[in-house]
Amino acid sequence: MSDARTGGNTTSRADRLVRAAEKLTVERVLLYVVLLGMASFYLIPIESGLVTSIKTSTAVIETVPFAPPGPSGFTLQKWQQAVDALLFGMGNSMLYAVPATILSAFIGSITAYGLTMPTWKQAYKAPLIALIVAGIFIPYQAVLVPLTQFWAQYVQLGQLLGPLWALGISNDYAGIIELVVTHVAYGIPICTLLFRTYYKTMSKEMIESARLEGATLRRVYRRIVFPLSGPMFAVVLIYQFTQIWNDLLFTLVLVSTESSPAAPVVLILAGLGTSLEGQDFALRMAGAFLAALPTLAVYIFFGDEFAEGVAA
Amino acid sequence: MFDLYRRLRRRLRGREARADGGVVNEGDASEAGPIGRASAALDRRFGSDFVESSPFWLPPFLLMALFVYGAIIWNLLISLTDYQGFANAPDYSQLDFEMYTRALSDSGFIDAAVNTLVLLVAFTGITLAVGLLLAILVDRGIRFENGFRTVYLLPMSLSFVVTAQFWLWMYNYNNGIVNLSIGTFGLGPVNWLGNQDIVLWAVVFALMWQFSGYAMVVYLAGLRAIPSAHYEAAQVDGASALKMYWRVIIPQLKGATISAAVVLMVFGLKAFDFLYSLVGGYRPPNGADILATKMVREAYANLNWSYGAAIAIVLFLMALAVIGPYLVYEYRRDNL
Repeated sequence: MSDARTGGNTTSRADRLVRAAEKLTVERVLLYVVLLGMASFYLIPIESGLVTSIKTSTAVIETVPFAPPGPSGFTLQKWQQAVDALLFGMGNSMLYAVPATILSAFIGSITAYGLTMPTWKQAYKAPLIALIVAGIFIPYQAVLVPLTQFWAQYVQLGQLLGPLWALGISNDYAGIIELVVTHVAYGIPICTLLFRTYYKTMSKEMIESARLEGATLRRVYRRIVFPLSGPMFAVVLIYQFTQIWNDLLFTLVLVSTESSPAAPVVLILAGLGTSLEGQDFALRMAGAFLAALPTLAVYIFFGDEFAEGVAA
Repeated sequence: MFDLYRRLRRRLRGREARADGGVVNEGDASEAGPIGRASAALDRRFGSDFVESSPFWLPPFLLMALFVYGAIIWNLLISLTDYQGFANAPDYSQLDFEMYTRALSDSGFIDAAVNTLVLLVAFTGITLAVGLLLAILVDRGIRFENGFRTVYLLPMSLSFVVTAQFWLWMYNYNNGIVNLSIGTFGLGPVNWLGNQDIVLWAVVFALMWQFSGYAMVVYLAGLRAIPSAHYEAAQVDGASALKMYWRVIIPQLKGATISAAVVLMVFGLKAFDFLYSLVGGYRPPNGADILATKMVREAYANLNWSYGAAIAIVLFLMALAVIGPYLVYEYRRDNL
């Protein structure tokens, strides 16, 4: 009895192998070769950056860029240098990226709620939404000069926050607060759109019955909509964090110099490893990986949510 | 003090707040205060929840409108002045189109405008083509689909600042992988970033590397949405695989193509970060200057504020030419 069963199992396993082999036609093999080739195309720049970052300066010149260094050519010195140069900048980046991410996600959520769930005429809603969506796509160069004017001439945080600087904080940190407000304002369109696509698919019945029982819109949001928004909050937080952490243009304009104590990591990285003697590629690569670490971590741990956010 | 505020609010609104945070209407609208009457009128005009929902969307909308549309209008104004140098604020009393005529006679501006167009069209076209091919390959029922997808999408999770470092190393004249690999075929070495006829294409290639995974994801979703009956019908007709994709499948990916193309063009317009990090400064390699880099250089390095603002307006109009039709298209399909 048991023998027969094992026998049956082996034949089916053999069958499966045969079937798999039959499926493995030339075409199929070619397909996988092409797919693997493309995978290496996407990975090689990253891989060669990683191995270069752990090579000594002589090994960088003497070995092939994508080959790992030999024992004599291995060093962590460049990483040490990169940490020294960038760690403080990473702290500064966190200082504005985290609050700006949380704020813009929350504001995007309530804006999308106000424009999706309550009943008012679509004819008036649509132009508002069109204006918000268009805000996603404008090139930020078109607002840079006024933005500089706004923060330098009209809302002078450097003076408004006088007491803070008296405490010994460098007044360059006004730039960090400016970055938070700026990123929140320009993040509203994309966050609103992401939440709106999510809220449009949410069941209306529960909300309608709550409304019929006299619940206010605020109550509906707090008790029903907000608790159900978890998955979309994950997407938006990941997306916004990556965007804000990586943005160079606003930091360049609002903080301006990489020697400032408030300089974010992207600003320091852009000039890292360049000197009169030439470029220190190992240091540049180490710095690039260090700066990318938070976003890479987010991507690796929440890859599926990232893909979802990207596709939306 | 707080009590006074509450009484005032109650008078004005003609409503009474309940202890649990709910609100009950007190009597008719005719008995309500002036604000109550106004809000009832607004609700009649715009829909029943208009006034109550406005605290949710109105303040964020105003903040966004100030920073986006207010700033663009302000930028237009600045571009009409002669603002430059270390002056604190532009002089708005004299407005003319001098900066725009200056742009037209500036060969650097014309080159940058042409480069911007070439970059946008070439980058979008090539990236879409690569993304579509990848999507078709991944869609053929392969194993480890998630793994491949993750790898293809990985470059997109990196910032321009980071990928610029990688490609600076890839394109290095003596030790870069690109020159090493074409060297095995007996070609090169080529000075990718130093030759001004090639550098723009080198940048397009690097950007394609970064975003073709995104195009693949969008196309993959589009392919999955096509009913399998369409594939079967084409196969019954005896069409070859190539013909089937060309005649039957690709025409149905119009929506995916449009949305991916718009997003890619926006990324292309933002290539500033990439070019800035490539050289660590405002002056991109010769032959790769685009409007985005020229605008920032004129304004923040040369302090030609109003000239920079004028270039920014041109860039904005280019973006509008892409987005305007897209928004109209989405609006017609009721997708907003």
